[in-house]
Amino acid sequence: MKPKSIAIVGAAETTELGRIPNLSQIGLHADAALNAMKDAGLGPKDIDGVATAGETPVTIAHYLGITPKWVDGTAVGGCSFMIHVRHAAAALESGLCKTVLITHGESGRSGVARSRPAVSPGSLAGQFELPYGPMGPPTLFTIPVLRYMKTYGITEEQLATVAVVQREWAAKNPRATFHDPITVEDVLGSRMIAYPFRLLMCCLVTDGGGALILTTADRAKDFPQKPVYLLGTGESVETPMVSQMEDFTSSRAFRVAGAKAFDEAGITHKDVDHLMIYDAFAHLPIYGLEDLGFCKRGEAAAFIGERHTAPGGKLPLNTNGGGLSYMHSGMYGMYALQESVRQMRGIAPAQVPGAKLSVCHGVGGMFAASGTIIMTNEGP
Amino acid sequence: MPEGQRARPQPTPETMHFWEGTRAGELRLQRCNSCDKTYFPPRPFCPACASRDVGVFRATGKGRLYSYVIHHRPVPGFTPPYAIAVVELDEGPRMMTNIVDCPQTPEALVLDMLLEVAFEKIDDEITLPLFRPAKGQGDKGAAR
Repeated sequence: MKPKSIAIVGAAETTELGRIPNLSQIGLHADAALNAMKDAGLGPKDIDGVATAGETPVTIAHYLGITPKWVDGTAVGGCSFMIHVRHAAAALESGLCKTVLITHGESGRSGVARSRPAVSPGSLAGQFELPYGPMGPPTLFTIPVLRYMKTYGITEEQLATVAVVQREWAAKNPRATFHDPITVEDVLGSRMIAYPFRLLMCCLVTDGGGALILTTADRAKDFPQKPVYLLGTGESVETPMVSQMEDFTSSRAFRVAGAKAFDEAGITHKDVDHLMIYDAFAHLPIYGLEDLGFCKRGEAAAFIGERHTAPGGKLPLNTNGGGLSYMHSGMYGMYALQESVRQMRGIAPAQVPGAKLSVCHGVGGMFAASGTIIMTNEGP
Repeated sequence: MPEGQRARPQPTPETMHFWEGTRAGELRLQRCNSCDKTYFPPRPFCPACASRDVGVFRATGKGRLYSYVIHHRPVPGFTPPYAIAVVELDEGPRMMTNIVDCPQTPEALVLDMLLEVAFEKIDDEITLPLFRPAKGQGDKGAAR
């Protein structure tokens, strides 16, 4: 992708976040989409490209009254939306369509018409993981971590610190689920879910949605909001089985997606003012900081402990409070993108003063997939 | 006894040799005859070089505890807390498993402790490869 050739001109979350029992999964998609269209001053007749995960683009296009010339139903978990942004940029740049709507909606807490992926007993995961008693992400995403901790001498206190620091960001955000400060002792004293992971090291389970609208940079100035330009993008996948990761201390998908995005953007780590790393669990920011190249291997936990990612630090990270304290419907990537857009528009509740460049990094499945989007508010 | 039954794997044509092996008391892996790569999970070609010239062999059934979590919530077929573990086999590949004949505690489950396969018959078709601390090893386990 040519840097700054594509812009995000519409961005919104659902009107409510948290517990929304009066909207089903598709209703959450639609609520977010209508809010994003209003944000961009567009109607369904103005949209000619649709990308989504959870629902299919067919369902979303029909429900919203859109006649698309381009669709993308890439569904690789929570980073699907980063990958949609990347695919949309390629489609817009090559003229396949002019205006793309990306939607997410998930009734993660209330479970109203929620679609859940099922693991077939004949799939490889069904044969070689499921019989050993995992129950979703808290028991799978977490499995590599003891190996990481032994390799680099990381303590449970350091893991807990990730959640403590993110709560500090959430305290600044009126829409965050949790605001009250927590200590390392609070985290380590919370209910054990899957050793070494306690409840406060695990993401929230909430209802919500979000939507983005993208178009080419030459049209971006005609929209009511300040355009946010794409600088670089990356994506990759590794394995559907966490037990088969090449390296339990590092994600190959993170490394490939991140390096591609930085290369496309032509930036260095010193250029980054704001960072989002999808935090389904407390170890994700640690892996992300290292695999994106912000820290050397084994040094990210100390970096967080030294408050470099906390309010006032040199690398503000997960400034909405993250999946640990802001919200997490199941596929959180959309909310990370929304926070990067808010920071680039200058309207985030915990705004990073003068921020010009944001890196937004997502994970899908259990280290299965990854997408990285780099944005800027400086036009071409 | 735990309530319910654990998820039952459904063998496919490409994995049948593995489940026939566990039923016969053998842990079977595959090796590429072209590039010598040993791999898991089963497939009828080499994931390193795509050669279809691959063979099945009996592994030693020995390995070490590579990583794990101890799950504290109920799952059909399990009594919490129980460990969901990954073993690194002496031949190289890693596989998910459970650790038996060992307390399900961080103190007893020491990374890199030596393990050996312990077959658990589920029914006439399925026998699962679980692992237990290798014989001749103290309670704390021993890194090599």
